[in-house]
Order: sequence, then C-alpha cells, then structure tokens
Amino acid sequence: MAASLLSQAMKRCSAHTCAAVAVRRALSSGAATPSVFTRFLLKLSHYFYDVENILDWNNWLRSQAVVRKNRLFGYAQKNFGNNVAAAYYILTLRGSFRFAGQSEWFRPDSRGRFSYDFMNTPDAQIEEVDLSGTLINHNGLENLVKQNKLQTLSLRGCPEVDDWFLACLHVFGESLVELDLSHCTRITVGGLAALQNLRKLERLHISGLPRLQNPGLVRILLEEMLPHCQVTGVEYEQGLIQPDSPEQTEDHHEASTHTGLRQL
Amino acid sequence: MWRKLFTSVPAFRALKAPCRSFKSSSRGAEKDFFKDLDAQLRAFRDKAAAAMPGSDWSPIDLTPGLPPERADVVIVGGGVVGWSVAYWLKMKARVRDGLRVLVVEKDPTYSQASTVLSCGGIRQQFSLKENILLSLFSAHFMKNINNHLRVVNEDPVDLQFNHSGYLFLASEKSAHIMEENYRTQRYVGAKVALLSPSQLKERFPWMNTEGVALASLGLENEGWFDPWSLLNALRRKAVSMGVYQCFGEVTGFKCAANLAETRDGEILNVQRIKYVNVRMPNSLEYQPVECAVVVNAAGANSGKIASMLGIGLGPKESVSGVPLPVEPRKRFVYVVHCPDGPGLDTPFLIDYTGVYCRREGLGGNYITGMSPEETEEPDISNLDVDHEFFQEKVWHRLAHRIPAFEQLKVSSAWAGFYDYNTFDQNGIIGLHPLVPNMYFATGFSGHGLQQSPAVGLAVAELILHGGYKTIDLSAFDFTRILQQEPILESNIV
Repeated sequence: MAASLLSQAMKRCSAHTCAAVAVRRALSSGAATPSVFTRFLLKLSHYFYDVENILDWNNWLRSQAVVRKNRLFGYAQKNFGNNVAAAYYILTLRGSFRFAGQSEWFRPDSRGRFSYDFMNTPDAQIEEVDLSGTLINHNGLENLVKQNKLQTLSLRGCPEVDDWFLACLHVFGESLVELDLSHCTRITVGGLAALQNLRKLERLHISGLPRLQNPGLVRILLEEMLPHCQVTGVEYEQGLIQPDSPEQTEDHHEASTHTGLRQL
Repeated sequence: MWRKLFTSVPAFRALKAPCRSFKSSSRGAEKDFFKDLDAQLRAFRDKAAAAMPGSDWSPIDLTPGLPPERADVVIVGGGVVGWSVAYWLKMKARVRDGLRVLVVEKDPTYSQASTVLSCGGIRQQFSLKENILLSLFSAHFMKNINNHLRVVNEDPVDLQFNHSGYLFLASEKSAHIMEENYRTQRYVGAKVALLSPSQLKERFPWMNTEGVALASLGLENEGWFDPWSLLNALRRKAVSMGVYQCFGEVTGFKCAANLAETRDGEILNVQRIKYVNVRMPNSLEYQPVECAVVVNAAGANSGKIASMLGIGLGPKESVSGVPLPVEPRKRFVYVVHCPDGPGLDTPFLIDYTGVYCRREGLGGNYITGMSPEETEEPDISNLDVDHEFFQEKVWHRLAHRIPAFEQLKVSSAWAGFYDYNTFDQNGIIGLHPLVPNMYFATGFSGHGLQQSPAVGLAVAELILHGGYKTIDLSAFDFTRILQQEPILESNIV
C-alpha cells in the first residue's frame, strides 16, 4: 500500500522531481532570500505531505553525503594499522598531512588523486594535518584518535566542524600545539570551553567565527583558560558596543576596554 | 430669517449625502463612508475565509482545545520525557497515521514543570551501568539532533550546549567508591579522567583542594544545555509527525476490572484502563478519551496519577497497597554574580558536601545550589525560594571550595520540583502488575532531562515491541519496589 501511495505521490510530483534537485542546489547555497521557486515549493510543502516528504528526503540525502565521507575506515585499520588508515582517510577527504620524522607533505592533486607511498612506513605517526575545507565531523575524527603525536591541526573553513568535534579533541591533550579554527561557522563559545583539555596548546586561531557574539571577550577568557596559548584572529575591541558619534567613540573605546579588562 | 438660512443649510447638505444626514461636514461624511467601506470589505473577507474549507469555524459551538475522542496512546505529562516518548513512538511507527498519540499537559505555560526549571546538565558519571548507558545515548542523540529533529522549512535546533564537563570531588572516605565508579564508566564507554589533588590544583588554580582526595572530570559528552530548546524541538518534530497535543488535566480513569488470583491464593483486582478523563482548563467540562495504552510521564505529579487508579490505596500487605514512591521535592537554584570568579574552564563542579556550581554565560554569573538533608526537606505546596538556605548552608561550603566566591552577590533564584523516587532515587520504567496498560516513565530524581531521549526510546520499544531492544532497563522495573530491592546510585546530586 505504501508503494502504491509512493507511486501516486511520484506521479503527482513528477513535475517536481527535477525541481527537487533545483531546490537542493538553491537551499544549499544558504541564501537568506531563497528564490521564488524555492519559496513556492516550501509553501506547497505546507499543503501536501508528498512535497514535504520529498524535501525531507532531500535533506536526508545531503546529510548522507557527509556521513559517507566520515565513515570509519575499519578495514584499513584492521589490515594496515592505525597510522596507514588515518593517512588514507585524510587523503580521501582531500586533506594533507606530514609524518613525524619526515619533512615532505603528502597531498592529493587537484583532482583528488594521491600516491600510496604512505603505506611504506606503517609505523610513522602523523605530526601535522591540514584538513581545511574538508567535510570532516566528529564521526570522522574517530579515524584519527590514535595519532597521539599530532602537533598541528588546521580546520580552516570546515563547514561540519562544530562544538561536539571540539569536545572530541581531548584525545590530543598531550601533544597538540597549534589549532586553526578560523571560518568554521558552527563553532560557539560552548565548544571553545572544551579546549581546556588541550593543555599543551600554544597557538589558536579563531578568526571568522560568526556565532561568537563577543569575540574580544572570548579571546580574553581563552587566554585566561590556557595561559601558555597565544590566541590570534580576534581583536580585543571586537564585540564591544559602539556608540554613534565618532568623537565619543574613542573615549568610549578606551573606557569600555578598561572596564572590560577590570571586570576580569 | 437668519435662522431659516441656517436651518436650510443642513437640509441642503443632507440632499448631497442622504444616508449621512447626522454627520457634521460633507468632507468628513465621505471619509467615514470610505473608512467604513474598508472595514466592511475586511469583515466580508474574514467571513468568506471562515466559510471556505480549511478554517475552523463551525456553526455548533464546540469548546476549543478538546482532545480527540479516541487515541491509541495517551501520554500524561507534556515535559521532556512525555514528548520524547511521543516522538519515538511516531518515529518507530513509520506509517503516518498508524498510531494516534495524544500528549496531555496540565499547564501550557510550563510554570511549574521540572523540565524548564532544571539546570540542564548532562553527565555520564554514574555508578549504575544503566544510568551511564542512558546518558550516553542521550548525548549521542543530541550530537546528531538535527538529523533526528529537523523539520522542513524551520530553523535548525540549537541546544546551546556547553561542553565544559562535570567535575566530581571525593573526600578520603569516598575515594574508593569514585575509583570503582570510574572503572564502570570506562568499561561502559564514558570518557572520564581521574585527577589527583595536585593535578587538580594545577589545572584549576582557582580551586581550594583541601580535603579532596580524588576528582573525576568528564572529558566528552558532558556539560549543560538549554532544556527549553530540547523540549520545543521534540514537541515541534512530534507535532509535525502527527502527535495530538491537548492542554488539560487528567482527573480520573475509567477502567474495566478483572479478578486475578496469585499463587498464594490472594485475589487481586486487575484494572485495564478504558478511558482517560481529561478536564479542560478553568472549566468543569471533561472529555473521556478512549485509549489502549497510557504512559505516566507526569513527573512530580506521577504519584497523584497512580493513586487515581488505586495504586497504593489497598490493604498494606497486598500488591495494591504499595504506592508509587514518587513525590515532588523542592530544590532551590541560586544565580550569583562574582566578577573575580573562575573563567571559561569552570566545569559543573560537584563537591562531596553536596554543593554544586556551574558557570552561566560569559559575564561572571554562576548557578549554584545544594540538595538539603532528608530531614530538612522544604515545603512543596509552592515554589517560593528560601534565601536563608543559601546564606546558612550553601555559601560557606561554596566559599570554602572556591575562595573567590567569598565576595559574591545573589542576583536571583528559583525553585523547581524533583520527581523524587523515595525508594532508591532511580527511574521507574515499565508496567505495573495491576494495571496492564499503564507504563511508568517517572521517578528520575533530577536526571529526567539528561536521560529523556533514551527513556523515550525505551518506553516506545516496550509499547511497540514488548521488550527492550537498545538499552536493557529491566533493572528499573516496578517489581523491585514490590520486592523491596532497591538499586542504589551512589552519585546523586
């Protein structure tokens, strides 16, 4: 019965199946004002269960792409060891890395192809990882947790890195020295509080995080939390309330930064 | 003569606009005509919209907000546990109208509900394996909450989760219990670390480690979040899947009674619920809802709901004489402001004296409180706050542990109810032997919020499959109360 209903729904919405693809592209562009067609489709979804289901499937398919990218490489781990599996995972995500004790980086080329030389050194642990712009999330991090010599991690512009990912980073608490979190749009203060477990952290980049309402205050709190760490990417004045006139601005600047610092 | 001129002028104006002869000026008369025309058109448009199908106008004057006359599952209580059960029931019954679920909530403002008055913490640092599994599942649920609870064309769910972890402190006497719990937690899969006093001092320099023998810090999946967001997310998704919501109070049940004989020859009165009487707010009118299964998720009022079925009102030695041991217990939460207090790394600190404290926001505000002694339980008839309790019991213990809190100011406070299980302070999940179609999901004694997604799934599995599939919670059955075998949790806050 469900199958016949489904076929009826598909027939009724046959005109909309290709539209669904267009909706996916339109919605994924993250536009604040979606196109007329997208709005029409969303309005239809209020009246027809079929359209609502198709849009649901759309979202599910998009999330499945991320899930596929972040699956556990269990087969590689079992047969080739954790280091090789982690290296293979990073390269399939189109990231790059450098082994400890070696100086050259393993990178994929522009079409995503890479050489399998990393399999020659199964005992070498990874020291620096560059995962900028990849789709890694907290599930994919499971592939990397055994790399306890990891010193540098760059997550610049990763759209799926969120607070739960930062909470999982405690496994690198004894080795991580540099962390780049710029332009990861999902990170909030609650996730940055989890960085207290990274006691060896020396450099932290937090520029371009739109969900931080008071970036200057967050920088001060992070520097207090991790005394040996240098936090860059944010100025102390960011997030302060600006008055209207420019002459008052300067006095207000100094007054408010002074009081802001004094309150801590 | 002058009079005649003046009297003739209004008559002349009346000729111009005959239906507006009572108005003063002709310009005003035209304006009023068009303003009235606009209102008349608007009224006509409203009437046309009400006459079209899809509006809820009906010539018969029905009370608004009545529940349906028949439902498959009625969930008493619209807190986070109730909505979680509703969500999972609809999620597991994949067909759109396969199961009709009704959630009945007494108070639409949630003014006394334990869910919204909670501190919102979630931790895996328990001693019972079942409790650890419940919180772990709930943490994983919240990790992927948008995959579970995202609704088309609505904003994504934002729980405002702070991942600061819980920090339990143990004195010399309880250090061995903490070590044993640590082994259980690691075995089950929780990520916890033990800290010695020196490591504690180095990690949290603002803390006074005097008297602390051991500390355990949650590294992952622990912290606090906004309970109202979770409740609304569950409610929004459940309503979008077709769950009916009704604001009314359950005042009684209509049951069919059967007699059953135990092995000892005792005759028991087994009641099967046929109708749930839901009374409308501020009214005497009630609707008997015919139902197959009832879920008692009423939180602090679960004992009252159970007593409506006669549970606990029978002779003392029989099964029906054992009441549901859930009663409301009032707990106070104080919001304090301390500008020199600990910073972003403040975990949810729980001292061995019972005092707890966590950071709230970035402005130097903290939330603190303490569980009172068994003998000094506050009065539960209202939710008034006792500020003397903070001054006498909480402050000095707090200031002893965190010296910066000697200079603080109490900004505000609130009180909420725990659905306190007086028997062993753990949840009661499952059927009652005398009521074969009422499931309990109550008695969590302060942990209901953090275990709610997992408990919802467990109850849905019980109802739809007849047994547990994901997490085995048979230890939380009601029969342990009948057999007087408590399962005690050593890490209660």
